Amino acid sequence: MLKASEQDSQRIFTRRALMLAAGQLGLVGALAARLYYLQVVEADRYSLLSRNNQFNLELLPPIRGRILDLNGVPLADNQDNFRVEIVREQTVDVSATLAALGSIIEVPEWDVRRVLKDVKRKRAFVPVTVVENLSREEIARVAVNAPYLPGVRIEVGRSRRYPFGELAVHCTGYVAAVSENELTGDPVLELPDFRIGKSGIEKVHDLEMRGTAGQRQVEVNALGRIIRKLPGDEGEPGRDIRLSIDINLQRFATERLTRGMAERIPVDDPRAQVALAKASPAMLAASEAQDTILLDKYGEVVEAESGSVVVMDVHSGELRALVSAPGYDPNPFNHGLSAKDWEELLSNPRSPLTNKSIAGQYPPGSTFKMLVSLAALEADLAGPDTQFFCPGHLELGDTRFHCWKRGGHGTVDMVGALEQSCDVYFYEIAKRIGIDRIAAMAKRLGLGEMLDVDLPGERRGLIPSREWKQATRGEPWHRGETLVAAIGQGFVLATPLQLATMTARLVNGGRAVVPRLVRDPDGNARNFPPTGLDPRDLDLMRQAMSAVVNGARGTARAVRSRENDPTIGGKTGTSQVKRITMAQRAAGLTKSKDQPWRDRDHALFVGFAPVEAPRYAVSVVVEHGGGGSSMAAPIAADVLLETLRIDPGGSAPLSAVPAADPRRRG
Amino acid sequence: MAVGTRFEALNPPEMTLGQKLAAVNWLMVLLIVAIASVGFAMLYSAANGSVTPWAYRQAIRFGVGFVVMLTVAMVDVRFWMRSAYLMYAAVLLLLFAVEVMGEIGMGAQRWIDLGLFQLQPSELMKISLVLALARYFHGLTWDEVGNPLNLLPPLLMIGMPVVLVLRQPDLGTALMILMGAGATFFLAGVRIWKFLTLIGIALAAVPIGWQFMRTYQQQRILTFLNPESDPLGSGYHITQSKIALGSGGLFGKGFLEGSQSHLNFLPEKQTDFIFTMLAEEFGMVGALGLIGLYVLVIAYGFAIAIRSRSQFGRLVALGVTTTLFLYLFINVAMVMGLIPVVGVPLPMISYGGTAMLTIMLGLGMVLGVSVHRDVRIGRAGVDED
Repeated sequence: MLKASEQDSQRIFTRRALMLAAGQLGLVGALAARLYYLQVVEADRYSLLSRNNQFNLELLPPIRGRILDLNGVPLADNQDNFRVEIVREQTVDVSATLAALGSIIEVPEWDVRRVLKDVKRKRAFVPVTVVENLSREEIARVAVNAPYLPGVRIEVGRSRRYPFGELAVHCTGYVAAVSENELTGDPVLELPDFRIGKSGIEKVHDLEMRGTAGQRQVEVNALGRIIRKLPGDEGEPGRDIRLSIDINLQRFATERLTRGMAERIPVDDPRAQVALAKASPAMLAASEAQDTILLDKYGEVVEAESGSVVVMDVHSGELRALVSAPGYDPNPFNHGLSAKDWEELLSNPRSPLTNKSIAGQYPPGSTFKMLVSLAALEADLAGPDTQFFCPGHLELGDTRFHCWKRGGHGTVDMVGALEQSCDVYFYEIAKRIGIDRIAAMAKRLGLGEMLDVDLPGERRGLIPSREWKQATRGEPWHRGETLVAAIGQGFVLATPLQLATMTARLVNGGRAVVPRLVRDPDGNARNFPPTGLDPRDLDLMRQAMSAVVNGARGTARAVRSRENDPTIGGKTGTSQVKRITMAQRAAGLTKSKDQPWRDRDHALFVGFAPVEAPRYAVSVVVEHGGGGSSMAAPIAADVLLETLRIDPGGSAPLSAVPAADPRRRG
Repeated sequence: MAVGTRFEALNPPEMTLGQKLAAVNWLMVLLIVAIASVGFAMLYSAANGSVTPWAYRQAIRFGVGFVVMLTVAMVDVRFWMRSAYLMYAAVLLLLFAVEVMGEIGMGAQRWIDLGLFQLQPSELMKISLVLALARYFHGLTWDEVGNPLNLLPPLLMIGMPVVLVLRQPDLGTALMILMGAGATFFLAGVRIWKFLTLIGIALAAVPIGWQFMRTYQQQRILTFLNPESDPLGSGYHITQSKIALGSGGLFGKGFLEGSQSHLNFLPEKQTDFIFTMLAEEFGMVGALGLIGLYVLVIAYGFAIAIRSRSQFGRLVALGVTTTLFLYLFINVAMVMGLIPVVGVPLPMISYGGTAMLTIMLGLGMVLGVSVHRDVRIGRAGVDED
């Protein structure tokens, strides 16, 4: 019985053992199948995932191209930014190491606290920046003491630098951190230190200057610690952009414009102390932290003038100076401007953020009169000898149009009318030729059109026409508006850049030159189409503009060219900002300076030199500067003479230009 | 029955030590050493090509385990049979002791520190329960096994340790004890329908068990069901393990070249996930090779069991062999994402002392059964005659 039982058990055991073996074999088969699936069928997918795990692509930001002036002087470059970092895992006691560092270089208390907080939050091997923008001397001290500073290391990055600060800011623009809506998916934009052009050349030529980022594969472990760096593609640095402006001329023009008719004296001058003692609190605040102040002829402290100076080569169109005042310092944008500073820039009544040379639109005033003359000459509706009598005003319907000179100019011909800037003469001309001819001529000379200079924010200005008025105002054109337009007032608006372009086209022998700020990398000169204007008419204009400066009755005769100096030609303009009411006229309030700054006239001057063989054109707009003759003409004359003296990029030597003649004016 | 067998059975000779040593299945021992050596190599690689901290200690442990294994094999199976209940009771007491210690001390303590080994009673239970059940069923005839009342004591013997281990909480070990015991029931001849009934009851208990599970255990099962749902959280282990396996391909990345393992993307590479590392470095060929070695050892286990003349010997040999299989299957299936991560080591390879001791102890039993295959044992555990 026992034997039978034993045999039963053995039989059953063997049977069940075989069943169990079959089951286990089946499960092992499942394992093998799973292995096959993972390691053969899906091998490629998992290999890729494994490589993605193993390697991170590290982007090497390219070196941004520089912005150079005509002579290669950098207006924007990249500065080595030395910083000291600390790695927690390489030092025993972070606070002690920071204290040791603090005895070698200055480490602000605030930074110490920030670092102590940061090292706790970040992984032990991640470096934390302690201080930035260290001098080479400080770096040397840290390097020498390295043995006593475990975990401290020196790293170098790059930050954008604008050595001339606000001088060229309206050309260069500035760079700043990439904002959310500027992300294009290009990973380089997501690097924390990457900067992108936000205005000016930096913005327009951003992609060229950016270059291409290098890449390097970095082997990382699961914690993100870098195990090994593999060689990679170095990337390509950005291209340098060379501008046509000369920074020395730019500086001269900026200083000359902002000084206006005042005198610049050092703060420690005794007269400055006297003047500051009686200055208003607002003026005191504005003069604070300045080395110099401006004194007007009455010995009072005055604010720097705002406005624009454009200097242009009349043949190539290259801009030699492009000044918009006031400017602002582009350097702080690199690290982020404080909200308060930004607010201040935005609310400044003199709008430093606006590039007035291309975006400031001003009534051109009398600087418009040459093209009205040309339109009349071309249409043969007036000739050089056409004369009108100016009694000081002109009646049209029941409206009286005044000449700027209350007593009138008497009988004037075309050159005389331009020389003395007689308004009545041009009212008469306007009556003959009509607005359409004026508008057509204005466009041929570059007004009311985009000139497409290499800067963002350029404005078109405005040359009114019948169609324009009908379309925008839904009203027909009035004859009286033609008269107002003929003296560059009313609807007419032009930018300083357009006025300089107009002047260049008047004197360069009839070429429709287009301004440009960036030099062609190959240095090719551009050919411009002819304007189609009669050379005799242009000669007459040149003669008239010379008379404005050099004639006995010229509105700019105060700046007439001295002997041995090259002769200058030009045209003054004074454009009304606020209409003078009948009541004010009756009260005798016609002078700008009696009004608040905002209501004063703009002072304009367009000029060129030398008269005999014009090379440079200039336009000056002094915002609310009073009169073109008294304010803009002296600035323009000084800038033109300085331009000829420096002769930036000039090729033809000018025997008539003396080497140096420091001129003092008003 | 062959005549020769009957003759030997009638004259069970007491074997000398020399005879016993000669009777040891040395080919199987060789296979065991081969598997352990693969383990040393992998631990060397896991330490980025260094014998410290793992390979060296593991080799010492294997040496100790090896001696334990041969010693156990030399001891007469009847001794093991006689002391089976005592050992079971002792291990149960130890289990209870760690439970109490855990309650008093800090959280889930599962082991008692013995220096070189950390004695984990739940591991020892895997072997002692097999022994106890083998002794119990050895004493039952086929007909007696058919009586449901006779199944109550062994169910109790299983239930007590399983509950204690679950309370630790160690789901993986509890399941392994349960499945190992289940296999013994099956082999002892418990009727299939009863067996199916028990499985049915167990499945019905799953929702109840879910309630008793700790959050992390529930999370592991949920993560298993959808590992990609949380690739950096709980699913990270499985996802990274699959990436390592898959990227190994057919022939692997080469010894010491497994990027997933060496860059620490692979978690627990020296313990639970060591198979993944092997499969990453040696590919499918290497992985199948290792599984083949195990299959051979298991096959020897089956052969030894079937050839044993006592029900005790048969049940012990196959109970232990099945435990070995469970280790292998659960670990490999786990790292390949076939089952949830339950924390079962790869036998003889994963770094760790207790599992090594358990396995070597168990394999010693199997070898012992082989050495003493012709020893007949009476129903009460004494010589038949």
